[in-house]
Amino acid sequence: MATVSELRVHRGRRSEGWLLVLSWALAVLARGLVDYHADYLELDELAWYAAGFAGVLTVLHIVLRIFAPHSDQVLVPVVTGLIGIALAEIRRIDFAYAARGRETDFGTTQIGWALLGALAFIIVLIVIRDHRVLRRFTYTAGILGIVLYLLPAVPGLGKEINGAKIWIGVGGHSLQPGEFAKILLVIFFAGYLQTNRDALALAGPKFLGMRLPRMRDMGPLAVMFAAALLIMVNQKDLGAALLFFGIFIGMVYIATERISWVVIGLVLFVFGAIAAGVLFNHVGARYDAWLHALDADVYSSGRSEQLVRGLFGMASGGLFGTGLGNGRPDLVPYAESDFIIASLGEELGLTGLMAILTLYVILVQRAMRTAIGVRDGFGKLLSAGLGFAVTLQVFIIVGGVTRLIPLTGLTTPFLAYGGSSMLANWIVIALILRISDQARQPAANAAPKAEESGPRRRRPDLEEAPQR
Amino acid sequence: MSQLSITLLRLGFLLLLWSLVLTAIAVLRSDLYGTRVVTRGRGRTAKRRDDARAQKSAAPARAGTGVRTGAVSPKERAAAHLAVTAGPLKGATVPLGSAPILVGRAAMCTLVIEDDYCSSRHCRIFPEDGIWKVEDLGSTNGTFIGNQRVDDPVPFRPGDVIRIGATTLELRS
Repeated sequence: MATVSELRVHRGRRSEGWLLVLSWALAVLARGLVDYHADYLELDELAWYAAGFAGVLTVLHIVLRIFAPHSDQVLVPVVTGLIGIALAEIRRIDFAYAARGRETDFGTTQIGWALLGALAFIIVLIVIRDHRVLRRFTYTAGILGIVLYLLPAVPGLGKEINGAKIWIGVGGHSLQPGEFAKILLVIFFAGYLQTNRDALALAGPKFLGMRLPRMRDMGPLAVMFAAALLIMVNQKDLGAALLFFGIFIGMVYIATERISWVVIGLVLFVFGAIAAGVLFNHVGARYDAWLHALDADVYSSGRSEQLVRGLFGMASGGLFGTGLGNGRPDLVPYAESDFIIASLGEELGLTGLMAILTLYVILVQRAMRTAIGVRDGFGKLLSAGLGFAVTLQVFIIVGGVTRLIPLTGLTTPFLAYGGSSMLANWIVIALILRISDQARQPAANAAPKAEESGPRRRRPDLEEAPQR
Repeated sequence: MSQLSITLLRLGFLLLLWSLVLTAIAVLRSDLYGTRVVTRGRGRTAKRRDDARAQKSAAPARAGTGVRTGAVSPKERAAAHLAVTAGPLKGATVPLGSAPILVGRAAMCTLVIEDDYCSSRHCRIFPEDGIWKVEDLGSTNGTFIGNQRVDDPVPFRPGDVIRIGATTLELRS
C-alpha cells in the first residue's frame, strides 16, 4: 500500500509574481537585442513595449488572484516567457525580410494575436467557474470538433494554402479551425472515456504477454482511425491526422492503463502512414524529403529545401547561437511560422532551444500533476488530455523540423506566427488552470456550499448515472 | 556598443532564459521532491507506526529541538487527512478542514469515487464535538467500518478503515 501525500502547496501567488517579472525581463531584453541589431533601437518605443508587456502581465496576475486563487503558479509565466521570446523573434524575421525587400508586419500582428489570446484566457477563466460543467457538452463538443475539423473541406469556405487545406476564410482572415477542434475533441474524449472506460479496460485474450481488449470493444478505435484517415485524405495534412489519432490513443491509455491500446494504435498508425505514402503523392514526397533530405537531386528539386535550410540554420547556431538578431533565419521559407524553432535554434543555439523545450516540459508536467491532484475523473482526463495534446503537437513539429520524423505543418504552441494557434493554446492554459484551481483548493473550500443551506438544487447533468 | 558588451548581452539573454526555467523548477521543487510516498505494511506494523506518529505529535517540545521530521510543519501535521488506501483513487489524500466532506460518484462530491458499487451520494464524513464521524446517506451497497455496516453517524477515529465498494479510506492525523 502506497500513499502519495503532498507536503506543501505554495499558498498565495507570490512565486508567480516573481516568475512573471523574469519573463517580462526576458521579453524586453529579447526585443532590445533584436532592435539593436536591426539598427532600429529607439528607447522610447522599447519603453512603451516594456510598459505594455508589464501591464498585460499585471492584469493576468490580478485576474488569476481573483478568479483562480489556488491555481498553478508556474503555467502563466512559462507561457508569457515563450510568447515574449517569440514576439521578438518574429519581429526579427520581419527586419530580415525587409532587408531583402519583402515588407511584412508579422511582429505587430502577432502582438495583437497574443493580446487577443490573453483576453480569451481571461474570458474562459471568468466564464467557466467549474470545469465539470464542460462534461454536459461531451457529445456537443465531439460533433462540433469533427465539424470544425472538416470545415476546410467545404467548398467556398475552405482555403488551400501551400497544399494543405486546413484554413477557412472568414472576412478576409484565415482561420485554422483544427486548432480549436483539438480542444473540443479533448473535452469529448474526456467525457466519453469517463463513462465508457470500464468497457474499454475489459481484458480479452492474452497475446505476447499483453492483455488485448475484446474485439467487440474495438469499435471506438475503428471509428477514430477512420476519422483520422478521412482528415488525412481530405485535408492533405498528415500532422492534423497524427495529432487527432494520437490524442485519442493517449487518452484511452490514460483512462484504461492498458498498454495494449497504445500498441494497437501505433501499429494501426504505421499501417495508415505507409498506405498513405503509397497512395498519395504528396505524402510520399514528404517521406522522400525526410529520408533523403540531403540528396542533391531531392534538394535541388526543392522538396527538402526548407528542411535542409532549417538544419543548416540550426547548425550555424551551434552551442550558444549567433545571438538574437545576428543570424540569417530568413533564408528558411516560413521562418516565422512552421520553422520558428529552426530560427530560434539558429539565434539562441542549442542552449536556448533546450531552455525553450524545458519550458514546454514544465508546462506539460503541470498539466499532468494537475491531473493527479484533481479529485474527479473527468477533470483528470481533461487535464491530462490537454497536456498530452500540447506535448504531441510540440513533438510532431519539433521532430519534423529537426528531421526526426517527416515534416508536417503543425504550429508550435505560443511560438509560431498565427492567430488560431495562439488563441487555442491560451484557452488550453485557461482550462488547465481552472482544473488546477480545484485540484489545489483546500478541502474546506471545496466542500459543496449548498450542503449547509437548505435543499440542494439538483444538477442531474453534473451527476453520474443514477445508482443501481 | 562594443562587440564585447553585445556578446555579454547575448550570453546574458541565455542566462536569463535559463534562470526563468530554473526558477520555475525551483517553485515546483516541493512538487517534485516534496511528495512523500509512504509504503505501509498491513495490520500490526501499520498500527504501530500510527501510534508512533501520534506520540510524536503529542510531544510538541520536540518541534523546538531543531529535529526535522520531513518537511511538514507541526501545524500541518496536526491537520487530519483522509487517505484512500485502496481502490481506483488509491494514493489520493483529502485534507480535512472544518467542513463536512461528501463521498460518492456524483461530480459534486469532495471525493469522487468511480466504482459501480458506490452510490452517487454515498456517505458523509463530518466533525462533531471535536471528533470525526461518518454517516451513510442511504447508499445501495453500504459503508463499512471494519465489518460493521454504518447507518447512523458513528465516530471515525484515526486508524479506522472505511470500506466503500473496492475503495478503502483511512483517517490519518
